[in-house]
Amino acid sequence: MAVVDTPSRKAGWSLLNIVVIVYALVPVLWITSLSFKTTETVTDGNFVPRVWTLDNYGGIFATSEFTRALINSIGIALIATTLAVVIGTMAAYAIARLSFPGKKVLVGVSLLIAMFPQISLVSPLFEIERAIGLFDTWPGLILPYITFSLPLAIYTLSAFFREIPWELEKAAKMDGATPAQAFRSVIVPLAAPGVVTSAILVFIFCWNDFLFAISLTSTEASRTVPAAIANFTGSSQFEEPTGSIAAAAVVITIPIILFVLFFQRRIVAGLTSGAVKG
Amino acid sequence: MAEIELDGVTKRFPDGALAVSEIDIEIADGEFVILVGPSGCGKSTTLNMIAGLEDITEGELRIGGERVNEKAPKDRDIAMVFQSYALYPHMTVRENMAFPLKMAKIDKQIINSKVEEAAGVLDLIPHLDRKPSNLSGGQRQRVAMGRAIVRSPKVFLMDEPLSNLDAKLRVQMRTEVSRIQQRLGTTTVYVTHDQTEAMTLGDRVVVMRGGLVQQMGAPQELYDHPANLFVAGFIGSPSMNFLPGTVAGNSLRTALGDLPLVDRVRRALEEAESPREVILGIRPEHFEDAALVEDHQRSQGGTFSAQVEVLESMGSDKYAYFSLSGDRASSAELEELAADAGTADLGSSGSQITTRLSAASSATEGEKIEIWFDAEQVQVFEPSSGRNLTA
Repeated sequence: MAVVDTPSRKAGWSLLNIVVIVYALVPVLWITSLSFKTTETVTDGNFVPRVWTLDNYGGIFATSEFTRALINSIGIALIATTLAVVIGTMAAYAIARLSFPGKKVLVGVSLLIAMFPQISLVSPLFEIERAIGLFDTWPGLILPYITFSLPLAIYTLSAFFREIPWELEKAAKMDGATPAQAFRSVIVPLAAPGVVTSAILVFIFCWNDFLFAISLTSTEASRTVPAAIANFTGSSQFEEPTGSIAAAAVVITIPIILFVLFFQRRIVAGLTSGAVKG
Repeated sequence: MAEIELDGVTKRFPDGALAVSEIDIEIADGEFVILVGPSGCGKSTTLNMIAGLEDITEGELRIGGERVNEKAPKDRDIAMVFQSYALYPHMTVRENMAFPLKMAKIDKQIINSKVEEAAGVLDLIPHLDRKPSNLSGGQRQRVAMGRAIVRSPKVFLMDEPLSNLDAKLRVQMRTEVSRIQQRLGTTTVYVTHDQTEAMTLGDRVVVMRGGLVQQMGAPQELYDHPANLFVAGFIGSPSMNFLPGTVAGNSLRTALGDLPLVDRVRRALEEAESPREVILGIRPEHFEDAALVEDHQRSQGGTFSAQVEVLESMGSDKYAYFSLSGDRASSAELEELAADAGTADLGSSGSQITTRLSAASSATEGEKIEIWFDAEQVQVFEPSSGRNLTA
């Protein structure tokens, strides 16, 4: 069935698209605008700042509160992502290729973990981590991040592995490759888009997390940016730190935007392949 | 230098299914052997066991006289061409073909010259730097062949390598495969479900059914002297005609009329303790338009008259199809063949007869015609066992 592209139809779709984009972008632009306003004009309600200033940005980078949190965020997210993707790759490969007893249970449990309300785990985790000394440390955040992002990684990756024909591995075996060589020179290159996609998704999850970050940290030793922003204080107790919060929010959004723009096509391919075939 | 010996090789899957049962095949060095049979007959499993991709449950596999049951595929020095070609999509044609040599840690210079040489044989030189996704089906097939021949292995294994090609290309590649095998003289085991490929390619054909070898021999031998109904029905296109027959004194009563027992058949029946019910098998080319048969020849066969149902003129010959009243020949083997060909549910009463007549025949669709058949060429089978009594 051919869809007729009449001008009125096009105009209708364009209008709808514009509405959706504006709806999604206004809050982002608003917070960007706030980050450039001076303390006095923050509440003036103007969309475009009347007085432009970079003080807010200077302010957040001036103290260790934000810079230290940024380092924590980057470190924790990168380590958690790397581990989750490595473990997820191996698990997904086994799920896609092997039949072993308890496979369905394993997949079911991982799905269960993904759906489990995280808030209900916060207090037990808090108690456990305090008891074993993980509270307010990097591993204390990395561990729950891996736990909750693994199901996502396993699902995305096993969909990718399933699409790689088994005969390719057999061919590699026949061509004289050891299993390790076959995995490295045939499977990994073919699964690379899937690995990149799940890496990005896991990274975004860790980067954005607020719940665990606020509950399982207490000092600059491990506090990540979302938690640090929540703890921003104004220069006096009567002053809201709106400008600083806005500036910090803009700063931590930039890496995500760059990431997504750079890998846009792969993310879409990865998500849809997981959705349709997984 | 590699002969392959399968000595009582058996494959039983973990769920208990018996895929291949005690197969004994000896393949001489440089021989081209075809494993043929309907789907599920165990031919691919057998090939995978030779390759080392499947474990052997029982029995022994020897390549070049040495037991290789426990050897990994890479240590058996075997190359395999897969039905799906299994080309590495992220590598160029050159890299694909160089892969086995790279795994064998061969010097780069030698790899290059070997790849170029193989590419030359297969007319792939202009495509060396393209990716498989940009190649046509025939080109991909040639790359798969190239990857196999490039390292001069002891044995080639081919798993229905031509079945993904269109009809014309398949015929062309068939000759190509034959040419390459002759030129390299490498022992080759080739799996197919296509009897035409089996007949045209192999030095020797192994017909399999349900995990068992039905018959093993040169193509012409299988065609002329099939060991049983299954082989008779499987080999040959169009396939052999089967008719039920009853031995009555000195003649055989069939839907084609009574035919006298020629000595050959009489002796065969006596040896088999004179069964009453038999199945007759006659190949389409053993029929002829009676008007074109000379008198002295006429006496060594029988004739029948029937209406031509469908006539197909091929130019060089004419295929005439008839329906005869009476029962159809029935046996488990024939039913299995029909099921495999997808004609099992074409339920029609009576026997269908396919005949190949000379182009000079005046047969016309819808008209009655007298047809002669050569009684000397009639094969007689025992219905219960399917055994060929006249082979």
